Amino acid sequence: MKGQLILIPGRSSKQGVGLNKGKLKEEYIRVTTTLELSFEDAQELGLETADIVKISNHIGETEVQVKVLKEGKLPIGYAFIPYGPPSSCLFDGETCGTGMPASKGMTIDVEFIKKGVKKKTALPPKTAVG
Amino acid sequence: MSAASKDIKVVNEKIVENATCTFCGCCCDDITLTVDMDKKVITKAKDACVLGKSWFLNHVIEDKPIARIAGKEVPLDDAINEAAKILMDAKFPILYGMSDTVCEAQRHCAPIMDDCGGTIDTTTSVCHGPSGMAFQGVGEPTMTLGEVKNRADFVMYWGGNPAEAHPRHFARYAVTPEGMYTPNGKDDRTVVIVDIRHTKTAGVSDIFLQLKPGKDFELLWMLRAACKGVDIPDDCKDICGVEKEVVEDLFQRMKNCNYGVIFFGMGLTMSRGRHFNSGALMALATDLNEFTHFVAKPARGHGNVTGADNVVSWQTGYPFGVNFSRGHPRFNPGEFTTVDTLSRKEADAALIIASDPVANFPKPAIDHITSDKCKLISIDTKNTPTSEAAHVSIQTSTYGINTGGTVYRMDDVPISLRPAFDSPFPSDLEVLTKLRKKVNELSKKANRPYATKKYM
Repeated sequence: MKGQLILIPGRSSKQGVGLNKGKLKEEYIRVTTTLELSFEDAQELGLETADIVKISNHIGETEVQVKVLKEGKLPIGYAFIPYGPPSSCLFDGETCGTGMPASKGMTIDVEFIKKGVKKKTALPPKTAVG
Repeated sequence: MSAASKDIKVVNEKIVENATCTFCGCCCDDITLTVDMDKKVITKAKDACVLGKSWFLNHVIEDKPIARIAGKEVPLDDAINEAAKILMDAKFPILYGMSDTVCEAQRHCAPIMDDCGGTIDTTTSVCHGPSGMAFQGVGEPTMTLGEVKNRADFVMYWGGNPAEAHPRHFARYAVTPEGMYTPNGKDDRTVVIVDIRHTKTAGVSDIFLQLKPGKDFELLWMLRAACKGVDIPDDCKDICGVEKEVVEDLFQRMKNCNYGVIFFGMGLTMSRGRHFNSGALMALATDLNEFTHFVAKPARGHGNVTGADNVVSWQTGYPFGVNFSRGHPRFNPGEFTTVDTLSRKEADAALIIASDPVANFPKPAIDHITSDKCKLISIDTKNTPTSEAAHVSIQTSTYGINTGGTVYRMDDVPISLRPAFDSPFPSDLEVLTKLRKKVNELSKKANRPYATKKYM
């Protein structure tokens, strides 16, 4: 169960609420370690909500929990993750002379690690340079 | 005293009317706060959105040291002295952040970097920095949110998700409010959303265009060409994912409205093309003025990131990515912006104010800023990965809740803050005033040629 997707990191209201409670607190960590997949891609990859997957690219890798969206909410081939330390560990430092790293539209590998528990606990931060 | 009267709690309550929420760039200044002055907490935030409520209601006075050096508690002045020494001893000091503090504090930042020959950059460089570059390239057809509320009958959001990032933008400024020339609120407006995802924002739209990822520039350029009389191409759907007929209908609506506005988000600035995308959008808004009144505005994120741009601009001439190493300000995104100076391992000291690059920057930049090659100084209101990794960490009070001052709303309108209650922590203004003074003293002692520049 391994495949490639395009990752779109972005803001979410839950991430904003978690940020106000504290970036070192459970809620923020849980929100920023949740990877949203389209229904079709989840089926293709054999993944279900709460599964733990490794996402990686040439910059780094991290483990996140899957949330499968309803059909039509996300284009096929794309994944969404709220901004936070897990998404940052996949960003390249190259800014093409603008100061802005290309933070949207990164190709990532997604690999199933293990079954998880639905929305109960946050993943401990676990990142490594690739 | 009877048993019943023992149960009566007398709460020392304070009501703050027209308080400003500084969480996002909307800077809503109509919030009514109820403050428990004994416990020093805000118990109610009437009219605030979900983000505003979490901003106000989660604010507590934490029991922790004001200043730390290498994790050990120290007096504030010691931390400031250490920070000043680090900045003056560094070969390539940088200052980054400033988007979550007041303009009165921000104005001390450029002089600090000027005195130590460093580089100043705001969070704009990883937000709407490309839009800032595009402003210089094509200009900005601008407005205030008050104009939008009263006049706009065509409202477009492109590459942004205000339902989650600026929840009151719809109700307060752009979609549902009843304006002078839009008395029926949403019924008088056409709301268009352009995004690659069907976000919560798409739910309020009259027209939703689900664009192919990375094809913003193509669609914008088609619309620009249409302004000059060029037909929308037949293979429009193949190019950008939207049917030709839909784009033609959209163009007619844009042309025929009385007052059109496009708000754009980081879906444009963070995607391939970056400043070309923002530039194309603003050029389109300008082109549409051949037919009607049309404006465009970036939907800014942090509470006072617009203020940071304004302050750095009026002090140095440029909004972000400004270097003082030659004794005069030089602007060069890609060279003097923080992701670059860190990823290239150039910076050897970093003063981070009211922001959190260790949580949000690319991995190569985080690796450098947290390494022993770069001395990290953090001035922030909360514990963050950056404050935890810092060699010198100073905790300050929160703007808009504990301290007053001025912030700029996303449409460049300045707003005065009404704080709710005091904090035992010093304000950013107090800390930066002291740091500026100390850096200036050291700069004079070292006979730095650029010391004691005068700023307003």
